[in-house]
Amino acid sequence: MTDGPVVLGIETSCDETGIGIVRGSTLLANVIASSMDEHARYGGVVPEVAARAHLEALTPTLDAALAEAGLTIGEIDAIAVTSGPGLAGALMVGVGAAKALSIATGTPLYAVNHLVGHVGADVLAAESLEYPTIALLVSGGHTSLLLVRDLTGDVELLGETIDDAAGEAFDKVARVLGLPYPGGPQIDRAAIGGDPKAIHFPRGLMQAKDAEKHRYDFSFSGLKTAVARWVERAGDAGEQIPVADVAASFREAVVDVLLTKAFRACADFGIPRLLLGGGVVANARVREVAAERAAAQGVTLRIPPLSLCTDNGAMIAALGAQLIAAGHGPSGLGFGADSTLPVTEIQVDRATYYDLDD
Amino acid sequence: MAVVDGDLVLAERSTDDTMRHAEVIGEMIAGVLEESGVAASGIDAVVTGLGPGPFTGLRVGIAAARAFAWGIGRPLIPMVSHDAVALDEWSAGLRGPLLVVTDARRREVYWSSYDLDEEGIARSDGPALCKPDEVPYPEFERIDATQVSAGALGRLATLRGGAAAVPEFTEPLYLRSPDVTVPGARKRVTP
Ligand SMILES: [Zn+2]
Repeated sequence: MTDGPVVLGIETSCDETGIGIVRGSTLLANVIASSMDEHARYGGVVPEVAARAHLEALTPTLDAALAEAGLTIGEIDAIAVTSGPGLAGALMVGVGAAKALSIATGTPLYAVNHLVGHVGADVLAAESLEYPTIALLVSGGHTSLLLVRDLTGDVELLGETIDDAAGEAFDKVARVLGLPYPGGPQIDRAAIGGDPKAIHFPRGLMQAKDAEKHRYDFSFSGLKTAVARWVERAGDAGEQIPVADVAASFREAVVDVLLTKAFRACADFGIPRLLLGGGVVANARVREVAAERAAAQGVTLRIPPLSLCTDNGAMIAALGAQLIAAGHGPSGLGFGADSTLPVTEIQVDRATYYDLDD
Repeated sequence: MAVVDGDLVLAERSTDDTMRHAEVIGEMIAGVLEESGVAASGIDAVVTGLGPGPFTGLRVGIAAARAFAWGIGRPLIPMVSHDAVALDEWSAGLRGPLLVVTDARRREVYWSSYDLDEEGIARSDGPALCKPDEVPYPEFERIDATQVSAGALGRLATLRGGAAAVPEFTEPLYLRSPDVTVPGARKRVTP
């Protein structure tokens, strides 16, 4: 058991209501209520449905987190909340609740960045993460490549998707193959026994002309269309669709682009460390290929446990605890939900008078 | 946002800003507590208007109310927001049938009807949602409210027995389903 402040984290940026509690870098509770099933029939996350579900799940999830940690509300030293990026209406539920809870309990409040939170999740793992590190964060909502020099002070966005998030591409291709939502696990299952080299699907932003401007950016929209076109052509020709081969080849294209760019960043910046985060890390092939390439390139690979990779409150609490340890003062009460919050804003609305004695 | 002691409103704040609910809510809570001189731990119950009202702002308010009540370990008293408008009219001396109407955006309105007598107010119909030209009870005295007084909401909760009263509703009164359609057959990408 490490020392440090007990921080309660509130995460509502997408379809998971996550409440986590940490003490310093020790995980005490990580409770998640997901509205995924409610979105399934729409084939993707519906913002209003997600926001309504957050409000319903809020206090039951808070109760469950305290119970899991074996704490009372009086033992919480600080509160951290996701300010963005994410779905505005969903974020606002967490922000409104966190502000009220902070005032009600007289505890300081830290408004933090969701993407940096994904990186922060790793501090809860056994040994501590070394900096600088490259971080690849991939989910249904984001696909971002970061250079993290200092978790609480210096995070740079190297690249991100210019169209669909990787997780969205999985959902859309699953639909092409007649598989249900969410697509990630479905494609993973369908790809079993398939040949990843059977069909060569296009790799977005990987041509020589993209090496400058879009060196670390991603694009999955063209890939999704290429898969649909291939499946339609085969269907029109009366052929049996080789679902396992299509799924395996599509997945290979996504994994290849994601990891090629991530390891390219490691090489370019001379940083032999790569952290993976976000729900797509659940994909077996992502982890497998990442491990192979990390070994070949002499890169130390970090993958937090899956329960800390998908959106959760513990990672937000962990980042809050790190900010406190770094001497940051709390945020003011005036911050909002920022759906496009840049990664350079690790903490939002940090009280300025604290800056003086840094 | 208000701090109320019995029938006395100790502090009250409101905003016309319908775009920045999440930004303003913290300063409003802290502001009314400071102005009233009551500490958070001195609050006995939290009253929240469940609407009807446009989703986003309504949700921020209810989320804050639920979290605050949870944080101080005191009961949450959910109320129909229109009832506060009716109480304000009653306090101003109005008696007889009353129709409270508020904007629901997208060319629709929310309405509730009341009977105001010497005893107090009683909702007779609603809350409900309709087109502006389909609002019922045209013979009633009609109030088109742009604000719901938090002070009135708090006073009404006390009048109705506080946390001991069984709430009529506990979930937000959205009165409208999320704007989504179940996707039909997938569209082809090749012609
Ligand atoms: Zn995320």
